[in-house]
Amino acid sequence: MIKLRESKEATFHKPTKKAKLPTRVIIPLSQHFGAICEPMVKIGDQVKAGQLIGSLDKGLFSPIHASISGTVSAIQDYPHPSLGRVKAVVIDNDGADSKTEQRPRTEQEVASLSVEHLRKIIFDAGIVGLGGAAFPAHVKLSPPKKIDSFILNGAECEPYLTNDFALMKEKAREIIQGAKIVLKILGNPQGYIAIENNKPEAIKIMREAIKDTNFTLKVLNSSYPQGGEKQLTKSVLNREVPSGGLPFDIGVVVHNVGTVYAIYEAIYKSKPLYEKVVTLTGSCLSNPQNLLVRIGTTIRDLLEDCGPFKNEPAKIVFGGPMMGIAQYTLDVPVIKSTTGIIFFSKDELSNREDRVCCRCGRCVDVCPARIMPAFITMAAEQDKFTIAKDYDIMDCIECGLCSYVCPARRDLVGLIKYAKSRLKAK
Amino acid sequence: MPNQDLKLNNLVVSSGPHIQVEGDHIIKRMWATLIALIPAGIAGVYIFGLYSLNVIAVSVITAVICESAFQKIFRKKNTILDGSAIITGLLLAYNLPPSAPLWMAALGSFFAVVVGKQLFGGLGFNIFNPALVGRAFLMASWPKYMTYWSNPRWQIDAVTTATPLGIVKEKLSYQLPTYWDLFIGNRGGCIGEVCIIALLIGGVYLLYKRYISWQIPVYYLLTVAILSFVLMGNKLFSGDVLFALLSGGLVLGAFFMATDYVSAPISIKGKTIFAVGCGLLTVVIRKWGGYPEGVSYAILMMNAATPIIDRFARPRKYGALKKRGAK
Repeated sequence: MIKLRESKEATFHKPTKKAKLPTRVIIPLSQHFGAICEPMVKIGDQVKAGQLIGSLDKGLFSPIHASISGTVSAIQDYPHPSLGRVKAVVIDNDGADSKTEQRPRTEQEVASLSVEHLRKIIFDAGIVGLGGAAFPAHVKLSPPKKIDSFILNGAECEPYLTNDFALMKEKAREIIQGAKIVLKILGNPQGYIAIENNKPEAIKIMREAIKDTNFTLKVLNSSYPQGGEKQLTKSVLNREVPSGGLPFDIGVVVHNVGTVYAIYEAIYKSKPLYEKVVTLTGSCLSNPQNLLVRIGTTIRDLLEDCGPFKNEPAKIVFGGPMMGIAQYTLDVPVIKSTTGIIFFSKDELSNREDRVCCRCGRCVDVCPARIMPAFITMAAEQDKFTIAKDYDIMDCIECGLCSYVCPARRDLVGLIKYAKSRLKAK
Repeated sequence: MPNQDLKLNNLVVSSGPHIQVEGDHIIKRMWATLIALIPAGIAGVYIFGLYSLNVIAVSVITAVICESAFQKIFRKKNTILDGSAIITGLLLAYNLPPSAPLWMAALGSFFAVVVGKQLFGGLGFNIFNPALVGRAFLMASWPKYMTYWSNPRWQIDAVTTATPLGIVKEKLSYQLPTYWDLFIGNRGGCIGEVCIIALLIGGVYLLYKRYISWQIPVYYLLTVAILSFVLMGNKLFSGDVLFALLSGGLVLGAFFMATDYVSAPISIKGKTIFAVGCGLLTVVIRKWGGYPEGVSYAILMMNAATPIIDRFARPRKYGALKKRGAK
């Protein structure tokens, strides 16, 4: 793990602002780890914000809801931030922003809900891991064995991003209420909240919020990838997730603060996950923002709030600058797992070079999985995937640090992803 | 809707990460290494006279010409600007006696670049440190020239001398230099190896920039110090540690040749094993070998061991399962 330049200044002190509602939203039917949903609506249907529009009968999935009210105008393939093109439901805004019934629950009502019922509400609200991986939350809340520790992840280790920071500053009480629900579902394990030391304001507010609870605040060094589930488990509990396993295996569950806030909203306000905080930043924007965005809003529409461009972006990245995915069009919609959108100018582009490895060992020194990216990629370049496997390629978490530090500017993580996909195809 | 017609046709789509560490580049590292080598060269020329500058120049120019010519003939990308051929030429010259014939410097440089490096596939693929390959070739072919030591130019009473290690090994009648003389380079030896203070300036600069990992020089020198104390005296545990560290090519080797990225292991664990191995072999050769000095052969032998060290000296991966039966 190493300290990266944070580049969070542009939006660090900005409060969350509600984004203007777009004239239409494009809601992909896959916004989670798992199977693609089937549409639950037809073209021409009138829908309200919060209405179920995508679901499945069985399998690993998370239901999908309309984010604005209006008319379903198309159900077809559209650009998707990480999956190329995926079937999406397009809703034309009717301007009314009418919502499905969202009945608030009192503290007593919430306390009387059974664990099963809580899980059902969370599943029905379509909540997935909002840290980026989009793993359906209800699965993480149904551990196969006893859980002794729950870590609330507020590390936000990716540079540029401040969406979790903004949420922690503004919704600390709600986040802790959500976290208490999670503790109840998990059978009351010890609760931790982990924040990097570059966010003193969030630390102060969260410390205040956990005063009368059993949560322990862990202040972590600001270093990347501190917020990775496995790294966090190590930093907070000094326990390692076994190779090839999940935090479950050692009795640990990790949830991002955004996810837990969504759980709060689902339980206390009966509100499904159809909007979230997204950081829009980068040197090309004249007005970088932390925006509360309806799912399905495209980059193009978001420029209303954070544009116009100061200079033309040369690269647009969904997610953080380390693990995010570069986009080819402005018509990509925000999905549940979108944490930020970064607009890089031409002179900020990182150049990969076609060089051989000089074996300096920097990648080996920094790798948080403690594998050897140099040897893995040398094998991958020659399509010798079994050798790559022997060098533990499957333990790679694709954090990108090896490429970041490489003095020969090799595309290490790109080669690793390529080799992994070839190994999986076998 | 001002953005409705906005089109961006030149968006770059590439795999992450989308940011890059600033100020670190392999070519920058190469040139930094060259800069770090300059003080030792200046000291060498000052000590042994201008002729040794000719040796350095011929070696470097030959290395550059050979690399360019080889890459031209085999239609490979010209890589002269990465500076590695210059480093090879320079390091070879630093490992030659100050009065080495120029043709020999040229031949050694040719062998280092073509056989030691390019025939293996060029930078990144050479198993051995190319400069040391060149030196070993010259040592095997023209041992007489390679062991003809001129005095520092101000010692006019005798033209030739022996290296301090040679004096000890062969029990010669020359006066042994003092520690201070050894430290500043007032003694017989190769052009670039004699002035320890100049080498340390360069070495510390590279350590400070983190261009070389401290494990290699530190463990190498430490191993030599300990083993010399144990073995190199008249009886056990009476060796002259300071003499062992300051004489021969140890400091040059430990900071500038054992640290060569390509021919040393990649992990910290591996580098440590490698450095201890270099130290061990250096002392073994000094004590029992046919030559008074063992640094270059020690490093070459450990270069040969690098692939096997790399195979076994892996970092313990995150979440590695405990060995069965450990419970």
